[in-house]
Amino acid sequence: MKILGTVAGAAALLATVAVAEIIAPTNVSFDDGAIAASLTGAPGDPAEGRDIVGNKKKGNCVACHQVSDLAEVPFQGEIGPMLDGAGERWTEAELRGIVANAKVMFEDSMMPSFYKTEGFIRPGNAYTGEAADDTFGPILTAQQIEDVVAYLATLKE
Amino acid sequence: MKRLARMAGVGALIAMGMTAQADPVDDTLILNEETDMVTRTAAPAHLSDRFDEVMSGWLFRGDETRIMQADDFDNPGMIFVEQAMEAWETAEGTEGKSCASCHNDIDSMAGVKATYPKWNEAAGEVRTLQMQVNDCRTNRMGAEAWKYDKGDAINMEAALASVSRGLPVNVAIDGPAQSTWEQGKELYYTRMGQLELSCSNCHEDNYGRMIRADHLSQGQINGFPVYRLKNTKLNGSHSRFKGCIRDTRAETFAPGSPEFVALELYVASRGNGLSVEGPSVRN
Ligand code: HEC
Ligand code: HEC
Repeated sequence: MKILGTVAGAAALLATVAVAEIIAPTNVSFDDGAIAASLTGAPGDPAEGRDIVGNKKKGNCVACHQVSDLAEVPFQGEIGPMLDGAGERWTEAELRGIVANAKVMFEDSMMPSFYKTEGFIRPGNAYTGEAADDTFGPILTAQQIEDVVAYLATLKE
Repeated sequence: MKRLARMAGVGALIAMGMTAQADPVDDTLILNEETDMVTRTAAPAHLSDRFDEVMSGWLFRGDETRIMQADDFDNPGMIFVEQAMEAWETAEGTEGKSCASCHNDIDSMAGVKATYPKWNEAAGEVRTLQMQVNDCRTNRMGAEAWKYDKGDAINMEAALASVSRGLPVNVAIDGPAQSTWEQGKELYYTRMGQLELSCSNCHEDNYGRMIRADHLSQGQINGFPVYRLKNTKLNGSHSRFKGCIRDTRAETFAPGSPEFVALELYVASRGNGLSVEGPSVRN
């Protein structure tokens, strides 16, 4: 009994610590299009990031970008530049800025802002066509942004 | 310096992307081996700062889909046209009249579809073809209005389009229609939804490119209504607009809404000069 109680207490503590460190979409600060610090305070997981980039239900980055490393994902789009070598062209902070809100780095970019919750015209509830409700959040979570950044950083030519 | 070099790198990459562009096919559409269709032509004056040429969505579809549209016997959309031809002759409503009672043969409607949406002086509004058909149904036939873009309504629009095939789209954008046209234009260039995408982002800046598995066209509506192999029925332009806006993670508009009437007028005007092709075939 006593042990269980301690474990639960420790978990609760950990949870508060993690939550406290997440930078909310409305609190992100950009420096020249880049975001210096991790949004979660911790490094992301590149394997998870790889899934998010290729997964239609997650980042779906391949709707617009081709990535040779994701050769198993069919139908990669050709709207944006190829992401091969992105980890060489950009620093981690720059990649974080581009994924969170590419319009800060590239004015009027067609690339959607994945970590933004305000300033939309007729925001919807995901792909239902209905108006957004109070569950509205950024397209990717802070953790997912970090995972994607960690993956992009591995893309060297 | 560092930033500049990188930006130049991105520019070069984008330029490379352009050469890899999946272009529209080089093909000509001859309907039923007799009617030459204009599937690409000089952009109308109001669009000449954006495009040199406007192109039918037909040029962006695969071989099989294109061939299917070229012959009425192979075009599944023509089955629905035939159903509407029957409805044309069928008396309905309290007045005991059919469309044919007032308009004779449906061939008398040749050229009409090409000019819609159009300003209606008596009503003081721009009307789509479906709105006009419903006006006849409710006011002249004493029949119920058909639901927007649904079965009977879309089939009749397709029948009316079919007798205009080969004629150039020619909607008026000046005079009393102008303010509605401006509204449609504004909507076309508005970046909507959580993805912040406008019609122009996809259909003006990126036509010819792949967006995931889809080959982007100019988003013209000269071929509407379209028979889609995906849902095996005729689809209206407003339903297409609704789907495209939904895909930007936006709160969309309803078929028949004033916003979509204005958008239809504007998008139709971007295709002025292309042949009416409805019902066309799409995947
Ligand atoms: C709707 C299209 C679209 C989507 C979706 C999209 N991007 Fe982009 N992206 C672009 C465009 C266009 C550019 C070029 C920058 C500009 O606008 O000039 C770009 C640029 C970039 C760049 C910098 C280019 C380079 O490699 O040097 C990175 C990195 C990037 N995107 C990553 C992503 C990631 C990761 C995702 C998904 C989480 C994503 N993009 C989703 C359109 C898109
Ligand atoms: C995120 C990209 C995107 C946006 C934004 C978008 N569309 Fe589309 N649209 C598509 C795709 C993909 C297709 C299917 C391929 C094609 O025909 O271009 C399509 C098809 C169409 C078609 C059918 C064309 C044909 O020949 O069958 C029309 C019309 C159209 N769109 C109009 C619009 C309008 C109007 C808007 C804005 C309200 C819009 N689209 C916004 C992606 C988009």
